[in-house]
Amino acid sequence: MAQERQAAIVGIHEYPLRVAPGVSAMNIKVDSIRAALDDAGLKWSDVDAIYDAQDGEAGGGLQLAAYLGLRPTILDTTQVGGSSYEFHAAHAMRDIAAGKCNVAVLSYGSTSASNRVAIGTGGRVTPAPNWAANMEMPYGATLIANYAMVKQRHMHEYGTTDEQFAGISVATRHHAMRNPEAVKAMTDLQFVGVNEITPRDVLDSRVVADPLHLLECCMISDGGGALIIASADVARGCRKPPVWLIGAGEATKYRENGGDITTSAGAQSGPIAFAEAGVAPDEIDIAMIYDSFTITVAVCLEDLGFCPKGEIGPYVEGGRLAFDSGEGPALNTDGGGLSSNHPGMRGIFLLLEGARQLRGESTSQVPGARLAVAHGNGGLLGGTHTGGTVILAKD
Amino acid sequence: MANRPQPRFPEPHTEPFWEGAQQGELRYQRCDSAGCESDVVFYPRQHCPACGGNDLSWHVSKGEGSVYTFSVVRQNRMPGFIDLGAYSVAYVDLDEGFRMMSSVVGVDDPTTDIAIGQRVRVDFEKQDEGDYPIPVFRPI
Repeated sequence: MAQERQAAIVGIHEYPLRVAPGVSAMNIKVDSIRAALDDAGLKWSDVDAIYDAQDGEAGGGLQLAAYLGLRPTILDTTQVGGSSYEFHAAHAMRDIAAGKCNVAVLSYGSTSASNRVAIGTGGRVTPAPNWAANMEMPYGATLIANYAMVKQRHMHEYGTTDEQFAGISVATRHHAMRNPEAVKAMTDLQFVGVNEITPRDVLDSRVVADPLHLLECCMISDGGGALIIASADVARGCRKPPVWLIGAGEATKYRENGGDITTSAGAQSGPIAFAEAGVAPDEIDIAMIYDSFTITVAVCLEDLGFCPKGEIGPYVEGGRLAFDSGEGPALNTDGGGLSSNHPGMRGIFLLLEGARQLRGESTSQVPGARLAVAHGNGGLLGGTHTGGTVILAKD
Repeated sequence: MANRPQPRFPEPHTEPFWEGAQQGELRYQRCDSAGCESDVVFYPRQHCPACGGNDLSWHVSKGEGSVYTFSVVRQNRMPGFIDLGAYSVAYVDLDEGFRMMSSVVGVDDPTTDIAIGQRVRVDFEKQDEGDYPIPVFRPI
């Protein structure tokens, strides 16, 4: 199937700080949008579409348009957790192809670190009585415990070991140490040991929720960013080479009686995206996979087809995920949520680093990188979640 | 002793489940629509997720099942859990075919004494405050 090249990422910006006291989430969004437009060589008034995950103090979407002073003809406020931005990219690709808009902006801002939001270990309090809360609140299942239950089952069913999971943390830290913003992030967030790590280090870190160790869990940072997606016509006049969106898939998955908790929504969204793009997983140079935890990456790589279900352990052994392994795919070359940036919804950073790689701008650049996949996982991997897969191609 | 968060009402889907818990019954639903191939319905709902129908009936589980997966939480600052120390969260597959979130209790050390596949039986744990005992599971 021929690749349709109708929409491209033309402008990117990642907010440089992970601890930004005194800065609002809306400041982060606006600063990032301005910088991403500048990166593209576009003007504020060129924006005719807003995709927003309803983050920021003002409440996103409708309020964001008002705050920015724009009158977009597309306003898409899809909020599906951390994969919202892959959904946004998919929708922007579709809307641009349909001729509904030409310059789409996606933005994110969060001050989770400065506000001390306990994303992984805090209570999940809901405002009004509802069926889900009534069945789960009594058991104190933290977000980390939910993901940990997936890892527990994966280890049981396929014999995957802690050492094999740790390889995912080792690869992303290897990349983080080459990224000055990630090093500053770990320093500002007072990581114990801002250095390369070994599987032993991961296994020796404390258990937060069995069987997940601290170094298998993403950081909680401030941060944000923005990206501009434009039509082919607009992209031709932009400053940087376009990074084409050539395939996208969306899916949702939830826990079912008798269901398999080790299979994620990616098993549905991945094949849709790859089929639309007309490429196969083994052609992918860069795998930007939502690394909320090691188990998230493990399950999603399997579900996207990089290896058969249950075989992620042997697949990652030997360090193939490192950008300089010569094997590939290179995983989360910015340092990932584990070691660079996770303010709560990491999906936008997957697209940003994917675009950097295909422009040749990464701090862990894979020579000649042509194809990247950005796969976001939003919600709870062991419960209700979404998967958004976007395939990116170099011009 | 136990101070878990209580279910909150009005909440029409889960009210029959929790009335059951007060009577020592672990309740679940089945779809009675003609031609529907669904087996059990759980979480409690007012429709069948297989056929969309609303002809559901309540049943009482024998309360026995197997641990599908679990985690042991070492860090949770929520009231009711902050003082528990390490505690388990589990998905239990009941023999009638439904899977529910719960906790496996009554073991010396949850980090070593719980396993996937372990047979467990429901127990209705009385709470210090609130009207509803919470269904938890103990190894058989």
